[in-house]
Amino acid sequence: MPSNSFDIKSYRGFQAITILCLIILYAPLIVVMIYSFNASKSITVWEGLSLRWYADVFTGPESGKFKLAAWNSFLIATIAATVATTIATLAATGMIRAGKFRLRNLSYGLISLPLMVPEIVTAVATLIFFNAIAFERGLMTILLAHIAFCIPFAYLPISARMQGIEDSYEQAALDLYATKRQAFTKILMPLMMPGIISGFLLAFIVSLDDFIITNFVKGAGVETLPTAIFGAVKQGIKPNIMAISTMLLGVSVVMVTISYFISKKDQKS
Amino acid sequence: MASGAASGGSANTDTYEEARSWLLLPAWVTLVALSLIPVLLMLVYSFLTKEFRGGVIWEFSLAAYDQFFFDRGLFGDDPATLEWTYITIFWRSIWQAGAATLLSLLIGFPTAYFIATRPETSRPIWVFLVTIPYWVNLLIRTVSMKFLLRDQGPLNDLLIGLGLIDSPLHMVNTNFAVQLGLFYSYLPFMVLPIYAAVERYNFALSEAAADLYASKWTTLRRVLLPSVKPGVIAGCILVFVPSLGAFLAPDLLGGAKNFMIGSLIEEQFKGNAGNWPFGAAASMILLTMVLIILMIFARQQARAEREV
Amino acid sequence: MENRDIAIDVKNAVKRYGTFTALKQISLSIADNEFFTLLGPSGCGKTTLLRMIAGFEDVTEGTIHLYGEEIANLPPNKRPVNTVFQNYALFPHMDVLENVAFGLEMRGWSKRDAKAKAGQMLELVQLTQFAKRKPAQLSGGQQQRVALARALAPEPKVLLLDEPLSALDLKLRKAMQLELKHLQRETGITFIFVTHDQEEALTMSDRIAVMSAGELQQLGTAREIYETPRNTFVADFIGETNLLEVSVDKIAEGRATCHLGGGHELTCNAVEGINVGAKVRMSLRPERLFISDAATESESLKGRVVENIFAGTDITTIVDLAEGPNFSVRTSNSDRGNRRIFEPGNDVFVNMEHGAARLLID
Repeated sequence: MPSNSFDIKSYRGFQAITILCLIILYAPLIVVMIYSFNASKSITVWEGLSLRWYADVFTGPESGKFKLAAWNSFLIATIAATVATTIATLAATGMIRAGKFRLRNLSYGLISLPLMVPEIVTAVATLIFFNAIAFERGLMTILLAHIAFCIPFAYLPISARMQGIEDSYEQAALDLYATKRQAFTKILMPLMMPGIISGFLLAFIVSLDDFIITNFVKGAGVETLPTAIFGAVKQGIKPNIMAISTMLLGVSVVMVTISYFISKKDQKS
Repeated sequence: MASGAASGGSANTDTYEEARSWLLLPAWVTLVALSLIPVLLMLVYSFLTKEFRGGVIWEFSLAAYDQFFFDRGLFGDDPATLEWTYITIFWRSIWQAGAATLLSLLIGFPTAYFIATRPETSRPIWVFLVTIPYWVNLLIRTVSMKFLLRDQGPLNDLLIGLGLIDSPLHMVNTNFAVQLGLFYSYLPFMVLPIYAAVERYNFALSEAAADLYASKWTTLRRVLLPSVKPGVIAGCILVFVPSLGAFLAPDLLGGAKNFMIGSLIEEQFKGNAGNWPFGAAASMILLTMVLIILMIFARQQARAEREV
Repeated sequence: MENRDIAIDVKNAVKRYGTFTALKQISLSIADNEFFTLLGPSGCGKTTLLRMIAGFEDVTEGTIHLYGEEIANLPPNKRPVNTVFQNYALFPHMDVLENVAFGLEMRGWSKRDAKAKAGQMLELVQLTQFAKRKPAQLSGGQQQRVALARALAPEPKVLLLDEPLSALDLKLRKAMQLELKHLQRETGITFIFVTHDQEEALTMSDRIAVMSAGELQQLGTAREIYETPRNTFVADFIGETNLLEVSVDKIAEGRATCHLGGGHELTCNAVEGINVGAKVRMSLRPERLFISDAATESESLKGRVVENIFAGTDITTIVDLAEGPNFSVRTSNSDRGNRRIFEPGNDVFVNMEHGAARLLID
């Protein structure tokens, strides 16, 4: 009822605040994106469009460091997200498709533990753990820490999806002579796919994003993109950092968009 | 239907009951080893003796907690008085996180409400728009915010260009910058639960209130707000809790004057101070605070659910 | 029934969930090639019984035999029994043909043979042109037929149908009722059909088991159940009825003489288990009563018309009985020539056809 002057649902100013909110959210990102194409060496002066800082990222004096950091980041994110998604999928099946059991609440608490503990506390605890068992810090420690705290992020969309799938599909499969394993692989898994993909993407981005935990558990000289960027930013924001940020930003946006369209397509069918 | 009464009618079933332990085992092992045991070890470490230049000596000591709460003078033999340094840092963190939460609520509630009252087809797009920035690397967002707010940054250029101010506003390294940074970090956590609550809200209730002579704002205050309160509380918790232990926003936007818990803890492990038991103790105190907040929250949600 | 094969034989089946008993000692036999219906209100245990036969619920006590073989402990995928689910449960990620072929593939058929047989099944339900569609692209009636084809494709010994028509609109439901009946005759497979819709049950079934509160109330053909209900639940649940409280005075030569609270006498067929002196209920179907302004026999009941309710094919007249509750009497509109419609306030007599009165056990 847009023509009704007394629309009970609409409040004056709420639209303006929403737009303000979006401006606050996007302005910093857009400004950095724009300045990443600045030809100037100084970040305050605009000297016209140029791709020189993108070239600098790949060929400049710091390119080796950033390439290695990017490789580490993507390697860790890929492995951590894959492992966490697998663990989360199995756990969701155990929690939602395997009847009631005494340890259910405890298991749920355990799965959501990394969400309840502040990130910095997780970082401290994980560092202390590796120190206590004398596990040498390096890529492996980052990977293990990422797997653990990615599990709840993968678990959330996967379990939400599983709860939405009626069990009558699997029962129909059992009724039509499928074994339980076949009901799982041929019916439940394909139906779970959108949830599993969302879970994977979520875990991937969370891992790619992480600075605090990585910063604590990484070995000396081992860098991921966020720790490399943080180290560089401590010396001041430089144009090449803006170029890297813009590219990383692009990766995140692409992944979220994929996940958005997967869930949208799924709702349609 | 009969099966509904009998089997509970939900998607929770026992199809894979025999395999349950095997399905849950990987999660149990990973999380016990890499989440639960580390937190317990941290508790142990907070009662150990510090080793200079990082690490611990396995000797029981209350020194970490003593250092946190009491001042015993330079040589440790003065009568104990309350030590304010760290309590002040915690207090500042609570204050900053609270201010960021309030800011998120003031902007997040109208936004969530506005989105929830869009036509059903366009709602996902709005939600998508609000959540995209969240998926961008937190470090990059914080750095971008710093870039925007700099004395010679684009925001000051814009304001001067518009003739609104004569000389640059000094925004970086202020409390406000930290609050804005925290707001920017966790805003979707405020919007999403409120959005979900408003979307579920039955607007016939508002119509009934309006029919009974309530003004729009009275309807909002007396009918809508009480109905969506659980969502609002959830949003506040989800912003407040991570803000409390945040590291990047205070570190990059706040500077030394605006030191928060996150930086204090980080310093014990990465910086020169290097006192692991003290860092573990500060982490324990932070964790305890967070768990108390979450427990109160869980109890309240459970009560709200019973009332519905 | 001794000379026919028994398809399903349920003996003393009990189902308990914790302290709640969903089924209390049910025993029934279903004949080969029979269209058998489990009828009852929701929560009566009919679906639980069906799911026990399918293998989705354990049997707490008792046995279930399928053509002489004990199946109570077999998992669902080892039972030659298929189900048409209430919401069809068509696999949304497979097309229609893949859905129908699924059971055959699971039984070890090659993909090609399974698809060929699935094609034949689609022909049977007239959906050949929809083979490549996804279930979501079909109408409710088409989905229903795919579910049927899928369940029939592996040629089960018994087909179980769990309220398969409840999601369809009235017209489609009527058409599907006939189609199901034909399909059952054509395939010669035993059908066990669960419904809460008594009209559906009466139309389709060879025999009906009426259930309530986890117990079997009556088992018989549609006619038996409608015309000679055993107890108040069955009389009331199947169709409409008028109930009178009576005392039995005399039983002789298969007839029982009873009297109402005011002393008025009625006779009806005696029922085994109801003896002289018993205080029981009597059921009188409204369409087997008629109204006149004079008593036609001694059995007529005196009363006054309260109102007439017009309902298309017939008119229901509510009569306030002198010696009992309000009664409804149904007059078919095709009967108008013979039957007079009385106005509210008229004093009338309610007369009954011979054999209309039925004594109920409880």
